[in-house]
Amino acid sequence: MTQPFYVSPEQLMKDRADFARKGISRGRSVAVVLYDDGILFVAENPSQALHKISEIYDRIGFAAVGRYNEFENLRIAGVRLADLRGYSYDRRDVTARGLANAYAQTLGTIFSSGGEKPYEVEIFVGELGDEPAQDQIYRLMYDGSVADIQGFGVMGGQSELVETYLGEHYRPGLTLAEAIRVAVTALGQDTTPPRSVESSALEIAVLTRSRTQPRKFRRLRDADVVAALES
Amino acid sequence: MLPDGTRLSETSSFADYLSVRAPELLPAARVTDAGSLAGVTHGTTIVAATFDGGVVMAGDRRATMGNVIAQRDIQKVFPTDEYSCVGIAGTAGLAVEMTRLFQVELEHYEKIEGTVLSTDGKANRLAALIRNNLGMAMQGLAVVPLFAAYDLDAGVGRIFAFDVTGNRNEERAFHSVGSGSTFARGSLKKLYREGMSETDAVTAAIQALYDAADDDTATGGPDLARRIFPMVGAITANGYRAYSEDETAAIADQVIAARMGRPDGPSAPLT
Repeated sequence: MTQPFYVSPEQLMKDRADFARKGISRGRSVAVVLYDDGILFVAENPSQALHKISEIYDRIGFAAVGRYNEFENLRIAGVRLADLRGYSYDRRDVTARGLANAYAQTLGTIFSSGGEKPYEVEIFVGELGDEPAQDQIYRLMYDGSVADIQGFGVMGGQSELVETYLGEHYRPGLTLAEAIRVAVTALGQDTTPPRSVESSALEIAVLTRSRTQPRKFRRLRDADVVAALES
Repeated sequence: MLPDGTRLSETSSFADYLSVRAPELLPAARVTDAGSLAGVTHGTTIVAATFDGGVVMAGDRRATMGNVIAQRDIQKVFPTDEYSCVGIAGTAGLAVEMTRLFQVELEHYEKIEGTVLSTDGKANRLAALIRNNLGMAMQGLAVVPLFAAYDLDAGVGRIFAFDVTGNRNEERAFHSVGSGSTFARGSLKKLYREGMSETDAVTAAIQALYDAADDDTATGGPDLARRIFPMVGAITANGYRAYSEDETAAIADQVIAARMGRPDGPSAPLT
């Protein structure tokens, strides 16, 4: 009879974290940037149909990197949670903090449970405030840890290089066109020498205070993106 | 923690999801004793008419509770998404809740599937929600909405009427529901023209509501002292637009001024 090998909990968690990180680093990066009128999400995504960026609720947006089927599951669960809460209470009672907590619990449980493999995803949840100072962005890791993002954030792929560039070029109060240019140039910093990202391969959406409807999420069409990049 | 079952992606319908996760929140899920209810608020008359490039819907502002006026400024026309709206007649509490569920239903589908439902798809979903309320309707708590939408594919405004069993009828030109609907429909029949402009259609709708209020006690006419006028919404290729109080008041004032001279309203040619 063979005895199972003893694996220390530290080693087990490290192995699972390495596994998740490896999966996430295979994809391209996603950036989120606060600009003067809202929150900008930029992803490099050649597909027009399989989105990395989505609307969750009136003022809440979602962006993800990693395995599509896993973050799509989390996105749908988030939409259901938000719609259920908004329907049973009020639309104002749906918050990014509540959603981020639910995601953190779910990802944390999956990460530390022995059975399932950890999710190879990272998620941004952004909520538009009434004033720029109230805008919130949360970053969720594959192990369920949550971070509150100030100003800008990057995840996936070679995110350190992209984040370094954004850190050097971001300033509060950017206009939308400026924010798009900075974010798109930053996404191209993941190789040496830096490459330029084609506008057709970009998926860009905003949560913007200038929309008069209650639902503040808007996808930018290709023409809008080209105009912003060339301005 | 996300609740159990939320990670399964088997349905795009919020109502179906609700029936599994929280059935007690469905509008038709409650059981009541027939005849034990007094003091239930009822909404009254809704009219809708298509025009060249869209559709307009208007509702009076009165809610009744038996012979008592329960509310003078109730909202009965609700946008349900960017290109559709619902006007409600019947038991107000159930109708408002059903409309809220329908709004979430459309938005939920749009977010999960990444595309909007077709106009017929929306009408069928609303028919299903009404059918679920059949038990309540049998006990006297009927909900009869009128659904109007701008069909982006066909480029026209469309109107759908329902009965309590969820039977859906598409109306080509105009329709009306609620206690004053007989009078409102007669009025619209007289005033409606093919290819009307938006302003003409709104005027015809307000005339029809005036006629309904003239002959039906449960329909509210324009309240001149309180400046309460019908609620009007129009849907075109640019989406849903609710008329502001001032816009509606301007049209209503013209209608009222003309009625001072001819109380029965404009006449139509005999042949």
